[in-house]
Amino acid sequence: MQYTAAMPIDVAADVIWNRPLSNDYNVLALAAPAIAAAAAPGQFVMVKAGAGVDPLLRRPFSVFEILRDATGAPSGLTILSKRIGVSTALLYDKGQGQRIDCLGPLGRPFTVVDPPTDAWMVAGGVGLAPFATLAQALHARGVTSTLFYGARRGAELFYLDFFRALSVELVLTTEDGSVGERGRVVAPLDRRLAARAPSSAVMLYACGPEGMLAATARTAMKHGRPCQVSVERIMGCGLGGCYSCVIPMRDGHGGFHHVRSCIAGPVLPADQIVWG
Amino acid sequence: MSFVSFVLNDMDLSVRIGSLTLKNPVIAASGCFGYGVEYADVVELSSLGAIVSKGLFLKEREGHPAPRIVETPAGMLNAIGLQGIGVHRFIDEKLPELRARGATVIVNVCGTTLDEYVEVSRILSGAEGVAGLELNISCPNIKEGGIQFGCSLHGTFDVVSAVRKVTTLPVIPKLTPNVTDVASFARAAEEAGADAVSLVNTFLAMVLDVETRRPKISNVVGGLSGPAIRPIAVRMVYECRQTVKIPILGMGGIADARDALEFIIAGASAVQVGTASFVDPFIWTKLIDGISDYLTRHNVARVADLVGTVDTRAQDKEWISS
Repeated sequence: MQYTAAMPIDVAADVIWNRPLSNDYNVLALAAPAIAAAAAPGQFVMVKAGAGVDPLLRRPFSVFEILRDATGAPSGLTILSKRIGVSTALLYDKGQGQRIDCLGPLGRPFTVVDPPTDAWMVAGGVGLAPFATLAQALHARGVTSTLFYGARRGAELFYLDFFRALSVELVLTTEDGSVGERGRVVAPLDRRLAARAPSSAVMLYACGPEGMLAATARTAMKHGRPCQVSVERIMGCGLGGCYSCVIPMRDGHGGFHHVRSCIAGPVLPADQIVWG
Repeated sequence: MSFVSFVLNDMDLSVRIGSLTLKNPVIAASGCFGYGVEYADVVELSSLGAIVSKGLFLKEREGHPAPRIVETPAGMLNAIGLQGIGVHRFIDEKLPELRARGATVIVNVCGTTLDEYVEVSRILSGAEGVAGLELNISCPNIKEGGIQFGCSLHGTFDVVSAVRKVTTLPVIPKLTPNVTDVASFARAAEEAGADAVSLVNTFLAMVLDVETRRPKISNVVGGLSGPAIRPIAVRMVYECRQTVKIPILGMGGIADARDALEFIIAGASAVQVGTASFVDPFIWTKLIDGISDYLTRHNVARVADLVGTVDTRAQDKEWISS
């Protein structure tokens, strides 16, 4: 087993800009061109939100966007953060020019399909993060793509124009019904899969809260469709050293084994995961 | 001495642990560095004094469900539950690559019974490329074995002496800090024939979510590591240095070369680093270079000359002169 595709790069990256999207969400642009140049859709970076020992550990973030200079060369990357703890609160308040240690790219990326297979991305909340670069890769290959995107309220549905510009069809849901269909994102996914001709291939990609991932995995299996999920676990190192981020996967003999989502994932086949 | 010419322009960083000579005193701690092969692209494995493998039982273990770690102020709590591939798969799947890369490999040996420690040690003693055995009698996170030996002087003595009988490799019990007097356990290990002792393992600890009243890790309790524990670990190394003659592999919250030097001065012949390497996987050369620079700056030829050199009078002098 190959553990890391290449030696990860550790950069003390300048914050190029920090754009709040709401009171909780922000997009942080980091000057890490070498990481940006090497990153594939679905890979992540380990970010140290503050200097010193509190917070102590880095946090994993999907690479959200690749920034490019006037010549098209990668100049940096962004991460999509939701303020839920100490590190994300620090990241929300970062200012231009501050430095953040950023290690990556890490983990196994999405397998990007080709036409005539369609791509259906399923995102919940901050789980939108890996789909910006995936949508670009799919667009470049001419794959017909749909984004099923759910949030608590309409004000937390972000980057819709970004995806529209890539010809991605949007299927939106909100828990309060303020935008799109009221309820969870798996409901329209289930209906669309039921209506789709079995002969027309589709690959599902999912990222979001674990309950949403489990529901998406069950829905995909019910309709006999392959699904790649990007899982999010509490990580210590991101490199396979600490065994913190394990997820139970079927062992082929009716049992399970714990795999490290940092190096075996974060993208994993949904039907192999033992969902809780 | 005959090797003085060898170290004329370079500090001598070598460390002797029983029959084993490490090229430098910086060791990757067990449970924090996978099986070493995971880090082959990040660090030249042969540049480390040694790497200590994840703990190995006879058979594979899946460990505890996630969540397995939670961060604390200047530290982290873990309860992995000694997930591991077992000694046979380690020898077949990991050891050849470690050998090929020239790594000095100390294997962390686990057991649920005394017989299992002996059997795992016996198997490893017959494997090419194992430089030493660290006996894990201090894991706070499993119900059977481990700490039940490490929290009893008789248990510690019995495990070390039983393993001693089946191997010529250096035997290095890893001691728990979750006892009243660590030094008495170091002495029991020394009397049983240990070549060195590793200390400290993690401190048993607990973190709760007050909103839900639930523990933040699945095992309810776990082991605290990181800078938060460092002063306690330094004190324990210092106490053991006063009590035993065998080398001490010191650890507990080391995050830079100064921290490592603190342990060495307190009495550690070598140091192990775990949690800090999660934060900075490239920490190893910084530690080794930092120790070397210190020796140069203080005109100390050999790192061994620095071990256990706490000047307890220094404070008094300053007190008087000020």
